[in-house]
Amino acid sequence: MNSEKITKGALFIASLVIVLVTGGMVLSLVGGTVPVFSKFGINFLFSSDWNPTEGREEYGALSFIVGTVLTSVLALIICLPLAFSTSLFIGEYYRGKRISKIIGTLVDLLAGVPSIVYGLWGFYVLRPFIVDLGLSSQGFGIFTSGLILAIMIIPYATSITSEIITLVPNDLKEAAYSLGATRLEVIFYVIVPNARSGIVASYILAFGRALGETMAVTMLIGNSNKIPGGLFDTGNTMASVIANQFGEADGLKLSALIAIGLLLFVITGIINALGKFIIKKLS
Amino acid sequence: MKKLVLLFVLAIGIASCQNSSNKNEGESKSTEQISITAAGATFPLPFYNMVFKNYTSESGVLLTYGGIGSGGGIRSLGDRVVDFGATDAYLNDSQIAELPAEIVHIPTCIGAVVIAYNLPDVPELKLSDKLLELIFMGKITHWNDPQISALNPGVKFPDMEITFVHRSDGSGTTYIFSDYMSKVSTLWEAEVGRGKSLNWPVGMGAKGNPGVAGTIKQTEGSIGYIGSEFAFAQKIDFALVQNSSGNFIKPTIESISASAQGDIPDDTRVMLTNSSDPNAYPISGFTWLILYKEQSYDGRSEKQALETLKFLNWIVDKDAQAVAQQVHYAPLPSKAVEKAKNILESVTFDGKSLLK
Repeated sequence: MNSEKITKGALFIASLVIVLVTGGMVLSLVGGTVPVFSKFGINFLFSSDWNPTEGREEYGALSFIVGTVLTSVLALIICLPLAFSTSLFIGEYYRGKRISKIIGTLVDLLAGVPSIVYGLWGFYVLRPFIVDLGLSSQGFGIFTSGLILAIMIIPYATSITSEIITLVPNDLKEAAYSLGATRLEVIFYVIVPNARSGIVASYILAFGRALGETMAVTMLIGNSNKIPGGLFDTGNTMASVIANQFGEADGLKLSALIAIGLLLFVITGIINALGKFIIKKLS
Repeated sequence: MKKLVLLFVLAIGIASCQNSSNKNEGESKSTEQISITAAGATFPLPFYNMVFKNYTSESGVLLTYGGIGSGGGIRSLGDRVVDFGATDAYLNDSQIAELPAEIVHIPTCIGAVVIAYNLPDVPELKLSDKLLELIFMGKITHWNDPQISALNPGVKFPDMEITFVHRSDGSGTTYIFSDYMSKVSTLWEAEVGRGKSLNWPVGMGAKGNPGVAGTIKQTEGSIGYIGSEFAFAQKIDFALVQNSSGNFIKPTIESISASAQGDIPDDTRVMLTNSSDPNAYPISGFTWLILYKEQSYDGRSEKQALETLKFLNWIVDKDAQAVAQQVHYAPLPSKAVEKAKNILESVTFDGKSLLK
């Protein structure tokens, strides 16, 4: 009885901490945004001016929102075919074979590499390569960041998708084969429909990671606070502007950065909710 | 279940042990070793790293410095979590009024902001203030522009885009650079202005002096401004800049020192950019340590205050100033040292001057 109570109490406290932390975070973020929203109102979301010079202060989040969405969507587009093919390779074609185990381990290894390492590699290898290709004169920009983000999120999407694909019951596949279906038909008519909620969820998770990724992007995007003029132009993302500018920020600028943080929080929340909704709809 | 309870008790026990041991440490420190903490600007970081280490081995006083940027240094002093802060841009009157008590500025050395560039076939580049305006405002976009060649006869410039690399974070280096630009270009002053972070007309950002230096070193055709030590250390080429007398000046210890030959106000709050001295490198400035004028606050001991002042008195003196030259900062001119010492003597503890 007594031990029962203690356990219950301990579990309750642990869960309460989560609620308090989430609530406290939202509360302090919202509190911090008051100055910027009372000065610029809703215009903060639709203006691309970012002028921290004293006496001429003007803040708008649009260029960062655009930069974040562009890089993440680009990453997702590059990631989709690659991650899907790799997961089919591991989870279906060479399932249980030695080669798929090796590749699976490599994928997990890549997923665990800290983002600063991707950033370094991107800065010293990928960026000069893009310059050599003649795509851009200095190699920084939306495309390079999108590419590095894609490389970072492919392991995430691959490892979950292949896991889900392996989980499709063998009975179903064998039934399809016995009816004369080819391997491709089994994949598209049996495996994908059965695993789709999991597959979608894995891409949403990967997209969420791309949205919030900071370090590697900061090193490669060029950090210019404007709406990028093209794929090879420099820009900035929400996470990266916060990382770059919080150190010296105070007053209105600090409030603008907190507002961007809150915005990122909300966008990630919406993406997660959307993911849950899609999974519910599909399964 | 009993195990769980035991675990809790154990955890609490360990936690309280740690508390008491911490307390002991704190007590022993106050009787034996004084520990001074400071934080702020990264521009003078190479200098501070060296002198702080030297001072610790000389006097036994433990010094820690966090290179978190000038803004961070000012905020840390405002929050009273450091003994003194460090900044490359002096605080203006309204910034001083925002702090909880009166502060004083102590200059420690003079640093130059160099215009670093990466053009492998161009060993020497001369830039006038007009060219700086045109390049940094995006009016000239290619290296082979005739206006650049006109000032650098005999040098063959490549047909390459100019990539301007600036700081992506707020910075005292940016303040010194933009203060100079505002003095020599009315267009710059009107459209960009001066500040620790700016609304850049062109270019891309990199974080910190090391970040800008690294990006320039890695990117052919790039140009940017960095604290001189970072260019010297990484062997990046830098330009000769035309000063107000029309001479093209290379940033050296002598030319940087020359920029401080003019009048210095008693509180040492002055920008040295665009000096009128004919031999002066035009983009240079003091870097300061800031501390409260009344040192008795938050229960600080008199000894702590005294040790802080002793250190500051030492850093403006000749031993530390000699170290400045080793890391390519110019030492303070004698009249600045004199003024700094006067300021330090005006710092009080409970109303009494500590250093007299």
